Amino acid sequence: MKVSLFITCLSDAIYPRVGEAMVRLLAKYGVTLQFPTVQTCCGQPAFNSGYWKEARETASTIIAAFEDADFVISPSGSCTFMIHHYPKLFEDDPVMLEKALKLQAKAYEFTQFLVQVLGVTDVGAHFPHKVTYHPSCHGSRLLGVKEEPLVLMEQVKGLEFVPLPFANDCCGFGGTFSVKMSDISGAMVNEKSEHVLETEAEVLVGLDMACLMNIAGNLRYRDKPVRVMHLAELLYEGVKGA
Amino acid sequence: MSVTGTQAGGATVKERAGLALNNDFLRKAVKFTTERLRNGKINAAEDHGNWDEWRERGRQIRLHTIAHLDYYLNLFADNARANGVNVHFADTAAEAVQISLDIAKRAEAKTVVKSKSMVTEELHLNHALEGIGVEAIETDLGEYIIQLAGETPSHIIIPAIHKNRYQIAELLSADAGETLAPDTQVLAGFVRRKLREKFLEADIGMTGCNFAIAETGSMVLFENEGNARMVTTVPKTQITLMGMERIIPSWSDLEVMATLLPRSATGQKLTVYMSGITGPRREVDADGPEEMHIIIVDNGRSLQLGDPEFQELLNCIRCGACLNACPVYRHIGGHAYGGTYSGPIGAVLTPALKKNVAEWDDIANASSLCGACYEACPVKIPLHEMLIYLRRRKLEAGRGDKMEALGMKGFAAVMSNAKRYGAVLKIGQLGQKLVVRDGGIRLKIGPLKGWNTYRVTPSLPKESFRQQWKTMEEEIRHGLQDMDPAMKDRMEQIVKDRAAGKGGHGHHG
Repeated sequence: MKVSLFITCLSDAIYPRVGEAMVRLLAKYGVTLQFPTVQTCCGQPAFNSGYWKEARETASTIIAAFEDADFVISPSGSCTFMIHHYPKLFEDDPVMLEKALKLQAKAYEFTQFLVQVLGVTDVGAHFPHKVTYHPSCHGSRLLGVKEEPLVLMEQVKGLEFVPLPFANDCCGFGGTFSVKMSDISGAMVNEKSEHVLETEAEVLVGLDMACLMNIAGNLRYRDKPVRVMHLAELLYEGVKGA
Repeated sequence: MSVTGTQAGGATVKERAGLALNNDFLRKAVKFTTERLRNGKINAAEDHGNWDEWRERGRQIRLHTIAHLDYYLNLFADNARANGVNVHFADTAAEAVQISLDIAKRAEAKTVVKSKSMVTEELHLNHALEGIGVEAIETDLGEYIIQLAGETPSHIIIPAIHKNRYQIAELLSADAGETLAPDTQVLAGFVRRKLREKFLEADIGMTGCNFAIAETGSMVLFENEGNARMVTTVPKTQITLMGMERIIPSWSDLEVMATLLPRSATGQKLTVYMSGITGPRREVDADGPEEMHIIIVDNGRSLQLGDPEFQELLNCIRCGACLNACPVYRHIGGHAYGGTYSGPIGAVLTPALKKNVAEWDDIANASSLCGACYEACPVKIPLHEMLIYLRRRKLEAGRGDKMEALGMKGFAAVMSNAKRYGAVLKIGQLGQKLVVRDGGIRLKIGPLKGWNTYRVTPSLPKESFRQQWKTMEEEIRHGLQDMDPAMKDRMEQIVKDRAAGKGGHGHHG
């Protein structure tokens, strides 16, 4: 079984610790991740802004990078869902369309893979902290990853889970939206941070570093010491500490 | 036609949104009501017990009807005519207005009472009626308030959503010529008394149409205040304006719609009044109009027919659930969108009805593409995808931003080649030293200005994941565990099922 890591450009460049946590956690289960270094970005910034030619160029690198993998796993629901857009992107190119459909069928978000494929719900972690969770829109709504992270957190010893008010509301990131409509995006992330602070949680977790970068950036702007991390990091830290 | 565009000030969505974001009254009022409505909708859907299946039924009915719209429209028109209704078809807004004005002139009308109708807002019909000296009076409470304020609706079903009780009391006090307490009962009581007179005086009753039933040529109205009943029974002449897509084939289809619409709109299991009207007053009827007209309006709707990316837009049943669910609408309200229809549906419908003209180019950018609209939609219209198609079409039409296009070309050049990407990453890791302080970037210049007004940008760590990979990989291979055989079997089974075309996981969009 060849399981490949689709790191996503954001985790590669800014949050390598997330990739490391995934790699080391999965190694515990005998999963040796492959990392095809030809991979780059899923192309979402171009696709969502309407630049489909550019999105196709980028998407092609992802399709090529994972052609021979049996499973492709990624720390982002949003980038994983971008792969679900590939068939539309290549609808006029039968050769690429077939490849796109193949990739879509084997692409998993990290917790999806852990719970649905490996059948793991208890990683044996201990994490004695108050934690709240922001379900990112693309992962939860479009990819349908809703239960997996909750099930995983339920099994973590010592973890006190505090539900986030208005959890399902978008954090305001939205890629180029946060630049083009910066004040609307700012109002949205301000409200998200206020809800996080209301929970008095020490830690905010999520499954998408783009959204978490947005919220963490706003919390830092306010000088609030909430720790923001990917669930893979939390689980791996919890396993090390158990 | 963009009379409404100027009302919230500002020429662009961004400017109008800026005004809304600085209006605390508006933001509080919009948050308060949209929260109530969306929670009501979520509870009503849960209570229903079989919501997703009914959503799919609703979607199928709408898909089928729109795919055969010509057939059902003809059937509807034939049946309505047989019932004694005058049926008119209007290709454009101007034609629909002209037909309405001609009817009003023939009836020598002085006043028209109206029940809530977004189509008449789309046509700016009140303005046109005023132009020939006919007074148009809105009789839906929210719409009446908006009319007093000289504004347009900021929500498809709650037109005055952006106003609070105190602002409404002020408007109604001015209308009453006395101070009315900011108490819902007092305010509604005043409007009720006032409107009674207007109903009795009016020459024409004007309505929209929630659903038109093809099999009997009937039109159906959903409302909560009883004003639409007054409008459709008291005046001698009735005019109904409907978008050409309001059709459903049969009364049994209405059962599905009557389940989906009120629950999605307000969380009500049933609307308070549901009126089915099949023709003018007959001899045996105690009341009803002597003359009835139905004006079927195209005004850009047929442009969506045969367009694989936008035809589903015509499935909309105007419940407003996407507005209530939208985190952008929550912060900027409806007027910021600048058109008759606001929120996610407005952001797509407005440019679509106008052949995607340049005037509406920026509206598709007022979305984070979070998909809350799609999730809330009772007929599952993929608005979040349509917004992307609009953005793409704008570029295809040559109206893109040159700097952005250049940026995206650069993005593709770097991101389609791992070597170039790796090189750019290294430049970033070195170059950022000039701007990073304490592990973050706080500069508010250039492209970082908007972002850093609300956030601190993280710096790049010394090594990217790909730079760490070799060492990490060696360490892992060194201490690797054997895989649990059961786990291995699961994985093999999944790969087998996939090859056999079974399985498939997680796609809700």
